[in-house]
Amino acid sequence: MNIYEEDILDHYESPSNYGTLENPDISYEEDNPLCGDQIRMDLKVEDGVITDLRFCGHGCTISQAAASMLTEEIKGQRLDEVKRLSKDDILEMLGIPLGPVRLKCGLLALKVLKAGAYGLKGWPGEEDEETK
Amino acid sequence: MYAHPMNNAPTLNEFDVEAIRNDFSILKQENDLPLIYLDSAATSQTPDCVIEAMDGYYRTYNSNIHRGIYRISEEATAKYEEARQRIGRLINARRSSQIVFTRNTTESINLVAYSWGSANLREGDEILVTVMEHHSNLLPWQLLSQRTGAKVRFIEITDEGVLQLDGLERLLTDRTKLIAMTHVSNVLGTINPVQQLAAAAHAVGAKVLIDGAQSVPHFDVDVQGLDCDFLAFSGHKMCGPTGIGVLYGKSDLLEEMPPFLGGGSMIRSVQRESSTYADVPAKFEAGTPAIAEAIGLAAAVDYLNKVGLEAIFVHEHELLEYAHQKLSEIEGITIYGPKPRQKTGAITFNLEGIHPHDIAGILDTVGVAVRAGHHCAQPLMQKFGVIATVRASFYLYNKLEEIDSLSEGLLKAQRILTRRRR
Ligand SMILES: Cc1ncc(COP(=O)(O)O)c(C=O)c1O
Repeated sequence: MNIYEEDILDHYESPSNYGTLENPDISYEEDNPLCGDQIRMDLKVEDGVITDLRFCGHGCTISQAAASMLTEEIKGQRLDEVKRLSKDDILEMLGIPLGPVRLKCGLLALKVLKAGAYGLKGWPGEEDEETK
Repeated sequence: MYAHPMNNAPTLNEFDVEAIRNDFSILKQENDLPLIYLDSAATSQTPDCVIEAMDGYYRTYNSNIHRGIYRISEEATAKYEEARQRIGRLINARRSSQIVFTRNTTESINLVAYSWGSANLREGDEILVTVMEHHSNLLPWQLLSQRTGAKVRFIEITDEGVLQLDGLERLLTDRTKLIAMTHVSNVLGTINPVQQLAAAAHAVGAKVLIDGAQSVPHFDVDVQGLDCDFLAFSGHKMCGPTGIGVLYGKSDLLEEMPPFLGGGSMIRSVQRESSTYADVPAKFEAGTPAIAEAIGLAAAVDYLNKVGLEAIFVHEHELLEYAHQKLSEIEGITIYGPKPRQKTGAITFNLEGIHPHDIAGILDTVGVAVRAGHHCAQPLMQKFGVIATVRASFYLYNKLEEIDSLSEGLLKAQRILTRRRR
């Protein structure tokens, strides 16, 4: 399957929830040193629910489209739910398989979100890569 | 000035690229997409004769070296030492004992930094590198600097991507103990005047280490002609296998240097408290080495010699000239680095408004393999004010049509992505 699917290009071209928030409850930013992709996430949280959020940054189509899709997915959800989101959830949103390098592009937004909300600094998916 | 490898090259009209491609099984695979491999600067493809040489070791005389008093071990030892000879001859080393086998360029440079560097450098000394170094010729010196207090200084580059040598006398002083520089930039392809710099370094009593990872595979490198003190290179960029690299050193230096890793094979005699060490090169080859890979690398050297390094250089230049011409026609392209004449076969660029990862991703959809990223040369990226670039690099098995595919792939990337910019 082609990683340059229309759906991904649409999100890249006109991303949802793009920008920043004034007085966000959570704001976090990080980049992927391998390619310089960068994402910042701003969140408003009321009673444990994400009432509003924005992302901004720059990078390749995959990193930006994944961030846009992720913000659509979690808006209005409980913040707790975010902790449970995994690598596979992102791959499902994107709807395409990703090789190991592009995977990091796809996961950057979730990484930023988890780091901002819970101080989880690792790459999603790498927590469970112990040899069985 | 220095002798440019192009100057004495013959004009070539019978370089048979199809015959060469026939030597590489990987290029003959039947897949949905062709394999248009333009990433040889990262790792080159391996001809069948190299694979067969390693296969022969494993199938007929696999055994440890320097130990067994039996037929196959003696054969393995002889082949391993013969490999050292052949590799020494390639770079015109005076003696085969000047060839130390390592894992790769990175390990070769670290060996010098730990062994020679720790024994010889102290606070107040300086190590001169260039802005275009691969991280593997920068980090070992930064680490050495942290251990010893010696300082790392930089030779800058011009906007064209060649070394800025005006004002060199201010950088190269009696505090300079070492120049560690790349012979060829892995990003820009720039060929540096290392012979001239080596002479200047020696005039102030500094030693010279050349990172030959991108030169030894592409043209004739003569350690006596260049008069370098150390030369480091990797097998996997010159048609050889991974896991084998080389450090060449001048004999008196290698002999004075303390060991790097301790263990089997590097000793003369061992007591409980202390030991005496084997002569070079064994002193620097602790533990069982990469025997099959050394034998494979020697087969790669034979292969390159058979095709002829001069012929390869000329062929690469034909590709490079064509690539420059073809890619320059693309609107919104920025090509980094000097004109083809001053380079080996690599071209680095960006397309306006498209992330290098997306360029490489779309090229992959048409079977073109290129590198996108910082190429382990972040100081160089910073110099050009970019985070990443795309690099296409060529070797003996590449053909002109593949550059057409590259160029068409880039136009495809623009069609898909350019008007999508926010
Ligand atoms: C100029 C240069 N130096 C050093 C290296 C490191 O080589 P290796 O990874 O084989 O140690 C490379 C590889 O990309 C290189 O291009």
